[in-house]
Amino acid sequence: MKGLRIFLGLAGVFAASLAVAQGDTRHSGYQDMGPALQKMQDDDTANPGMLFVQGGEELWNAKAGSADKACADCHATGSMKGVAARYPAVAKESGKPVDLEGRINLCRTEHQKAEAFADESRELLQLTAYVARQSLGEPIAPPDDKRLDPLRAHGEALWKKRQGQLNLSCAACHDANAGKKLAGATIPQAHPTGYPIYRLEWQTLGSLKRRLRNCMIGMRAEPYDYGAPEYLALEAYLMQRARGLSMDAPSVRP
Amino acid sequence: MASALIHAPKTAKRGETIEIKALILHPMETGFRPGTNGKIIPRNIIEHFSATWNGEEVFAMKMSPAIAANPFVSFFVVADKSGTMKFRWSGDNDFLVEEQVAIAVA
Repeated sequence: MKGLRIFLGLAGVFAASLAVAQGDTRHSGYQDMGPALQKMQDDDTANPGMLFVQGGEELWNAKAGSADKACADCHATGSMKGVAARYPAVAKESGKPVDLEGRINLCRTEHQKAEAFADESRELLQLTAYVARQSLGEPIAPPDDKRLDPLRAHGEALWKKRQGQLNLSCAACHDANAGKKLAGATIPQAHPTGYPIYRLEWQTLGSLKRRLRNCMIGMRAEPYDYGAPEYLALEAYLMQRARGLSMDAPSVRP
Repeated sequence: MASALIHAPKTAKRGETIEIKALILHPMETGFRPGTNGKIIPRNIIEHFSATWNGEEVFAMKMSPAIAANPFVSFFVVADKSGTMKFRWSGDNDFLVEEQVAIAVA
Protein backbone atom coordinates (compact mmCIF):
# COMPACT_ATOMS: atom_id res chain seq x y z
CA MET A 1 0.00 0.00 0.00
CA LYS A 2 2.74 2.37 1.00
CA GLY A 3 4.69 1.49 -2.11
CA LEU A 4 1.62 2.13 -4.25
CA ARG A 5 1.06 5.49 -2.62
CA ILE A 6 4.66 6.53 -3.26
CA PHE A 7 4.30 5.38 -6.82
CA LEU A 8 1.10 7.37 -7.29
CA GLY A 9 2.76 10.40 -5.70
CA LEU A 10 5.69 10.11 -8.08
CA ALA A 11 3.32 9.70 -10.98
CA GLY A 12 1.60 12.93 -9.94
CA VAL A 13 4.88 14.81 -9.73
CA PHE A 14 5.90 13.39 -13.07
CA ALA A 15 2.64 14.38 -14.72
CA ALA A 16 2.98 17.92 -13.43
CA SER A 17 6.56 18.24 -14.55
CA LEU A 18 5.65 17.20 -18.07
CA ALA A 19 4.16 20.65 -18.50
CA VAL A 20 7.53 22.27 -17.89
CA ALA A 21 10.97 21.52 -19.22
CA GLN A 22 12.69 18.22 -18.50
CA GLY A 23 14.83 18.18 -15.38
CA ASP A 24 12.71 20.95 -13.92
CA THR A 25 11.92 20.02 -10.32
CA ARG A 26 9.37 22.77 -9.74
CA HIS A 27 5.92 21.68 -8.65
CA SER A 28 2.77 23.05 -7.10
CA GLY A 29 2.13 22.82 -3.36
CA TYR A 30 -0.62 20.40 -4.38
CA GLN A 31 2.00 17.68 -4.71
CA ASP A 32 3.26 18.30 -1.19
CA MET A 33 -0.15 17.62 0.36
CA GLY A 34 -1.55 14.32 1.56
CA PRO A 35 -4.05 12.39 -0.57
CA ALA A 36 -7.01 13.45 1.62
CA LEU A 37 -6.45 17.15 0.94
CA GLN A 38 -5.76 16.53 -2.74
CA LYS A 39 -9.11 14.76 -2.97
CA MET A 40 -10.82 17.60 -1.17
CA GLN A 41 -9.39 20.10 -3.65
CA ASP A 42 -10.25 18.00 -6.70
CA ASP A 43 -13.84 17.35 -5.65
CA ASP A 44 -15.85 20.43 -6.62
CA THR A 45 -18.52 19.51 -4.12
CA ALA A 46 -16.09 19.22 -1.22
CA ASN A 47 -13.75 22.11 -2.05
CA PRO A 48 -15.06 25.02 0.03
CA GLY A 49 -13.39 27.41 -2.41
CA MET A 50 -16.15 26.51 -4.83
CA LEU A 51 -18.64 28.28 -2.55
CA PHE A 52 -16.77 31.47 -3.34
CA VAL A 53 -16.63 30.67 -7.05
CA GLN A 54 -20.40 30.27 -6.98
CA GLY A 55 -20.79 33.61 -5.19
CA GLY A 56 -18.39 35.18 -7.69
CA GLU A 57 -20.54 34.04 -10.57
CA GLU A 58 -23.50 35.87 -9.07
CA LEU A 59 -21.44 39.03 -8.64
CA TRP A 60 -20.16 38.67 -12.21
CA ASN A 61 -23.73 38.83 -13.50
CA ALA A 62 -24.97 41.50 -11.10
CA LYS A 63 -25.18 45.11 -12.29
CA ALA A 64 -23.16 47.53 -10.18
CA GLY A 65 -22.20 51.18 -9.91
CA SER A 66 -23.63 54.27 -11.57
CA ALA A 67 -22.83 52.84 -15.02
CA ASP A 68 -25.31 50.07 -14.14
CA LYS A 69 -23.18 47.46 -15.86
CA ALA A 70 -22.30 43.92 -14.86
CA CYS A 71 -18.96 42.27 -15.65
CA ALA A 72 -20.97 40.02 -17.95
CA ASP A 73 -22.17 43.02 -20.00
CA CYS A 74 -18.64 43.53 -21.36
CA HIS A 75 -17.00 40.11 -20.97
CA ALA A 76 -18.51 36.96 -22.46
CA THR A 77 -19.15 34.06 -20.10
CA GLY A 78 -16.09 31.88 -19.82
CA SER A 79 -13.89 34.51 -21.48
CA MET A 80 -11.58 34.72 -18.48
CA LYS A 81 -9.72 31.52 -19.37
CA GLY A 82 -6.01 32.05 -18.85
CA VAL A 83 -6.44 35.56 -17.49
CA ALA A 84 -5.48 34.76 -13.90
CA ALA A 85 -2.38 32.99 -15.24
CA ARG A 86 -1.09 36.27 -16.75
CA TYR A 87 -1.36 38.71 -13.87
CA PRO A 88 0.28 40.90 -12.56
CA ALA A 89 0.26 42.82 -15.85
CA VAL A 90 0.30 46.44 -16.97
CA ALA A 91 -3.19 47.98 -17.00
CA LYS A 92 -4.21 49.79 -20.18
CA GLU A 93 -5.97 52.58 -18.30
CA SER A 94 -3.14 53.63 -16.00
CA GLY A 95 -0.04 52.19 -17.65
CA LYS A 96 0.84 50.78 -14.25
CA PRO A 97 1.17 47.15 -13.20
CA VAL A 98 -1.77 45.63 -11.32
CA ASP A 99 -2.54 42.20 -9.95
CA LEU A 100 -5.78 40.37 -10.63
CA GLU A 101 -7.54 41.95 -7.66
CA GLY A 102 -6.30 45.35 -8.79
CA ARG A 103 -7.58 44.65 -12.30
CA ILE A 104 -11.03 43.76 -10.95
CA ASN A 105 -11.10 46.94 -8.90
CA LEU A 106 -9.97 48.99 -11.92
CA CYS A 107 -12.89 47.59 -13.88
CA ARG A 108 -15.16 48.58 -11.04
CA THR A 109 -13.96 52.14 -10.71
CA GLU A 110 -13.32 52.86 -14.40
CA HIS A 111 -16.05 50.97 -16.19
CA GLN A 112 -18.79 50.25 -13.67
CA LYS A 113 -18.28 53.56 -11.85
CA ALA A 114 -18.61 51.69 -8.61
CA GLU A 115 -16.56 51.76 -5.44
CA ALA A 116 -13.53 49.50 -5.35
CA PHE A 117 -13.83 46.42 -3.15
CA ALA A 118 -11.72 46.45 -0.01
CA ASP A 119 -8.66 44.20 0.09
CA GLU A 120 -9.52 40.71 1.32
CA SER A 121 -13.26 41.50 1.30
CA ARG A 122 -15.54 38.59 0.56
CA GLU A 123 -16.72 40.14 -2.71
CA LEU A 124 -13.22 40.66 -4.05
CA LEU A 125 -12.23 37.12 -3.11
CA GLN A 126 -15.36 35.73 -4.74
CA LEU A 127 -14.81 37.54 -8.03
CA THR A 128 -11.12 36.68 -8.04
CA ALA A 129 -11.94 33.03 -7.37
CA TYR A 130 -14.53 33.02 -10.16
CA VAL A 131 -12.06 34.47 -12.64
CA ALA A 132 -9.14 32.32 -11.47
CA ARG A 133 -11.21 29.14 -11.66
CA GLN A 134 -11.55 29.61 -15.41
CA SER A 135 -7.78 29.18 -15.73
CA LEU A 136 -7.87 25.70 -14.22
CA GLY A 137 -5.10 23.66 -15.83
CA GLU A 138 -3.74 26.63 -17.81
CA PRO A 139 0.02 27.19 -17.60
CA ILE A 140 1.19 30.27 -15.72
CA ALA A 141 2.20 32.69 -18.47
CA PRO A 142 3.47 36.07 -17.25
CA PRO A 143 3.50 38.60 -20.09
CA ASP A 144 6.76 39.37 -21.91
CA ASP A 145 6.51 42.99 -20.97
CA LYS A 146 9.69 44.97 -20.35
CA ARG A 147 7.76 47.35 -18.12
CA LEU A 148 7.34 44.53 -15.59
CA ASP A 149 11.07 43.79 -15.35
CA PRO A 150 11.90 46.38 -12.66
CA LEU A 151 8.96 45.07 -10.63
CA ARG A 152 10.17 41.49 -10.93
CA ALA A 153 13.71 42.52 -9.98
CA HIS A 154 12.35 44.34 -6.94
CA GLY A 155 10.32 41.25 -6.04
CA GLU A 156 13.33 39.00 -6.35
CA ALA A 157 15.38 41.28 -4.12
CA LEU A 158 12.61 41.21 -1.50
CA TRP A 159 12.40 37.44 -1.82
CA LYS A 160 16.09 37.10 -1.02
CA LYS A 161 16.26 39.79 1.64
CA ARG A 162 16.65 38.57 5.18
CA GLN A 163 14.26 40.27 7.56
CA GLY A 164 12.48 39.92 10.87
CA GLN A 165 13.68 38.74 14.24
CA LEU A 166 14.43 35.26 12.94
CA ASN A 167 16.61 36.76 10.19
CA LEU A 168 14.95 34.68 7.48
CA SER A 169 14.27 35.42 3.86
CA CYS A 170 11.56 33.82 1.75
CA ALA A 171 14.33 32.09 -0.20
CA ALA A 172 15.86 30.63 2.97
CA CYS A 173 12.86 28.34 3.29
CA HIS A 174 11.24 28.05 -0.10
CA ASP A 175 14.38 27.86 -2.26
CA ALA A 176 17.03 26.43 0.05
CA ASN A 177 14.90 24.07 2.14
CA ALA A 178 11.77 23.33 0.11
CA GLY A 179 10.57 19.75 0.54
CA LYS A 180 12.02 19.49 4.05
CA LYS A 181 9.95 19.76 7.20
CA LEU A 182 9.17 22.83 9.26
CA ALA A 183 7.74 21.24 12.39
CA GLY A 184 5.23 18.75 10.96
CA ALA A 185 4.58 20.56 7.70
CA THR A 186 6.38 20.14 4.41
CA ILE A 187 7.92 23.39 3.21
CA PRO A 188 6.40 24.01 -0.22
CA GLN A 189 8.23 25.56 -3.15
CA ALA A 190 5.81 28.48 -2.90
CA HIS A 191 4.51 28.66 -6.42
CA PRO A 192 1.33 30.74 -6.60
CA THR A 193 -0.66 28.28 -8.69
CA GLY A 194 -3.88 28.24 -6.74
CA TYR A 195 -4.75 31.70 -5.46
CA PRO A 196 -7.08 32.63 -3.94
CA ILE A 197 -6.60 29.58 -1.71
CA TYR A 198 -8.86 27.97 0.84
CA ARG A 199 -6.58 27.45 3.83
CA LEU A 200 -7.87 25.09 6.46
CA GLU A 201 -6.04 27.14 9.06
CA TRP A 202 -7.96 30.26 8.00
CA GLN A 203 -11.20 28.35 7.46
CA THR A 204 -11.85 30.71 4.59
CA LEU A 205 -10.53 31.86 1.25
CA GLY A 206 -7.54 34.20 1.19
CA SER A 207 -5.38 36.02 -1.32
CA LEU A 208 -1.68 35.69 -2.04
CA LYS A 209 -1.21 38.92 -0.08
CA ARG A 210 -2.72 37.31 2.98
CA ARG A 211 -0.44 34.32 2.53
CA LEU A 212 2.60 36.60 2.27
CA ARG A 213 1.52 38.49 5.40
CA ASN A 214 1.18 35.16 7.16
CA CYS A 215 4.73 34.19 6.23
CA MET A 216 6.08 37.55 7.35
CA ILE A 217 4.43 37.16 10.74
CA GLY A 218 5.99 33.70 10.95
CA MET A 219 9.38 35.23 10.21
CA ARG A 220 8.73 37.74 13.03
CA ALA A 221 8.91 40.53 10.46
CA GLU A 222 6.41 43.35 10.15
CA PRO A 223 4.02 42.62 7.29
CA TYR A 224 3.66 45.31 4.64
CA ASP A 225 0.36 47.17 4.69
CA TYR A 226 -2.33 46.07 2.28
CA GLY A 227 -1.86 48.02 -0.92
CA ALA A 228 1.91 48.26 -0.41
CA PRO A 229 3.92 48.03 -3.67
CA GLU A 230 6.01 45.20 -2.18
CA TYR A 231 3.16 42.72 -2.62
CA LEU A 232 2.82 43.49 -6.29
CA ALA A 233 6.58 43.10 -6.73
CA LEU A 234 6.62 39.75 -4.94
CA GLU A 235 3.60 38.52 -6.92
CA ALA A 236 5.25 39.52 -10.19
CA TYR A 237 8.45 37.73 -9.23
CA LEU A 238 6.64 34.62 -8.01
CA MET A 239 4.55 34.30 -11.17
CA GLN A 240 7.71 34.61 -13.26
CA ARG A 241 9.35 31.97 -11.07
CA ALA A 242 6.37 29.64 -11.55
CA ARG A 243 6.12 30.15 -15.32
CA GLY A 244 4.71 27.08 -17.01
CA LEU A 245 3.19 25.42 -13.94
CA SER A 246 -0.53 24.64 -14.11
CA MET A 247 -3.11 26.79 -12.36
CA ASP A 248 -5.29 24.99 -9.82
CA ALA A 249 -7.32 27.78 -8.17
CA PRO A 250 -9.16 27.79 -5.86
CA SER A 251 -6.81 25.36 -4.21
CA VAL A 252 -7.09 23.84 -0.75
CA ARG A 253 -4.03 24.07 1.47
CA PRO A 254 -3.48 22.96 5.08
CA MET B 1 -25.89 35.01 -2.04
CA ALA B 2 -26.68 31.39 -2.52
CA SER B 3 -24.47 29.85 0.08
CA ALA B 4 -24.89 26.11 -0.32
CA LEU B 5 -23.47 23.62 -2.80
CA ILE B 6 -25.38 20.39 -3.13
CA HIS B 7 -24.31 17.39 -5.09
CA ALA B 8 -26.82 14.64 -5.75
CA PRO B 9 -27.36 12.43 -8.79
CA LYS B 10 -30.19 13.69 -11.01
CA THR B 11 -31.25 10.14 -11.75
CA ALA B 12 -30.87 6.86 -9.89
CA LYS B 13 -31.94 3.26 -10.29
CA ARG B 14 -34.53 1.93 -7.87
CA GLY B 15 -32.81 0.31 -4.92
CA GLU B 16 -29.49 1.98 -5.70
CA THR B 17 -27.49 3.52 -2.86
CA ILE B 18 -26.68 7.11 -3.74
CA GLU B 19 -24.35 9.60 -2.11
CA ILE B 20 -25.57 13.08 -1.28
CA LYS B 21 -23.06 15.82 -0.50
CA ALA B 22 -23.92 19.21 0.96
CA LEU B 23 -21.53 22.08 1.64
CA ILE B 24 -22.57 25.39 3.16
CA LEU B 25 -20.88 28.71 3.82
CA HIS B 26 -20.93 29.42 7.54
CA PRO B 27 -18.30 30.77 10.00
CA MET B 28 -19.17 28.25 12.79
CA GLU B 29 -17.92 30.67 15.44
CA THR B 30 -17.44 28.62 18.60
CA GLY B 31 -18.34 31.17 21.26
CA PHE B 32 -15.12 30.38 23.10
CA ARG B 33 -12.70 32.62 21.22
CA PRO B 34 -11.80 36.13 22.32
CA GLY B 35 -11.72 38.78 19.59
CA THR B 36 -9.01 41.41 19.10
CA ASN B 37 -10.63 43.50 21.86
CA GLY B 38 -10.29 40.64 24.36
CA LYS B 39 -14.05 40.08 24.55
CA ILE B 40 -15.58 36.71 23.69
CA ILE B 41 -16.99 36.56 20.16
CA PRO B 42 -20.60 35.40 20.55
CA ARG B 43 -21.37 31.89 19.44
CA ASN B 44 -22.69 31.61 15.90
CA ILE B 45 -23.07 28.05 14.69
CA ILE B 46 -25.42 25.92 12.66
CA GLU B 47 -27.24 23.79 15.20
CA HIS B 48 -29.23 21.46 13.05
CA PHE B 49 -29.06 20.01 9.57
CA SER B 50 -31.67 17.76 8.04
CA ALA B 51 -32.59 16.25 4.71
CA THR B 52 -36.08 15.11 3.81
CA TRP B 53 -37.09 13.11 0.78
CA ASN B 54 -40.70 13.47 -0.24
CA GLY B 55 -41.47 14.81 3.21
CA GLU B 56 -39.80 11.99 5.08
CA GLU B 57 -36.67 12.74 7.08
CA VAL B 58 -33.81 10.61 5.75
CA PHE B 59 -30.87 12.29 7.46
CA ALA B 60 -30.45 14.66 10.37
CA MET B 61 -27.59 15.82 12.49
CA LYS B 62 -26.97 18.11 15.40
CA MET B 63 -23.89 20.28 14.97
CA SER B 64 -21.60 21.45 17.74
CA PRO B 65 -19.10 24.30 18.13
CA ALA B 66 -16.26 21.84 17.43
CA ILE B 67 -17.26 21.58 13.77
CA ALA B 68 -15.11 23.66 11.42
CA ALA B 69 -16.35 26.56 9.30
CA ASN B 70 -18.22 25.77 6.09
CA PRO B 71 -19.45 22.32 7.19
CA PHE B 72 -19.41 19.57 4.58
CA VAL B 73 -21.85 16.71 5.08
CA SER B 74 -22.04 13.56 3.03
CA PHE B 75 -24.49 10.70 3.53
CA PHE B 76 -26.00 7.77 1.67
CA VAL B 77 -29.63 6.97 0.96
CA VAL B 78 -31.33 4.16 -0.87
CA ALA B 79 -33.30 5.49 -3.84
CA ASP B 80 -36.85 4.17 -3.72
CA LYS B 81 -39.05 6.68 -5.49
CA SER B 82 -38.64 9.91 -7.49
CA GLY B 83 -39.09 13.15 -5.71
CA THR B 84 -37.57 16.20 -4.12
CA MET B 85 -34.88 16.15 -1.51
CA LYS B 86 -35.05 19.17 0.74
CA PHE B 87 -32.15 20.38 2.85
CA ARG B 88 -32.44 22.60 5.85
CA TRP B 89 -29.75 24.22 7.94
CA SER B 90 -30.78 26.16 11.03
CA GLY B 91 -28.81 27.77 13.79
CA ASP B 92 -27.89 30.79 15.87
CA ASN B 93 -29.04 34.29 14.95
CA ASP B 94 -32.08 32.89 13.15
CA PHE B 95 -29.83 31.34 10.53
CA LEU B 96 -31.96 29.39 8.08
CA VAL B 97 -31.08 28.11 4.63
CA GLU B 98 -33.27 25.79 2.62
CA GLU B 99 -32.34 24.16 -0.66
CA GLN B 100 -33.82 21.39 -2.73
CA VAL B 101 -32.90 19.07 -5.56
CA ALA B 102 -35.01 16.76 -7.69
CA ILE B 103 -33.96 13.13 -8.04
CA ALA B 104 -35.63 10.91 -10.61
CA VAL B 105 -35.74 7.21 -9.74
CA ALA B 106 -36.35 4.75 -12.54
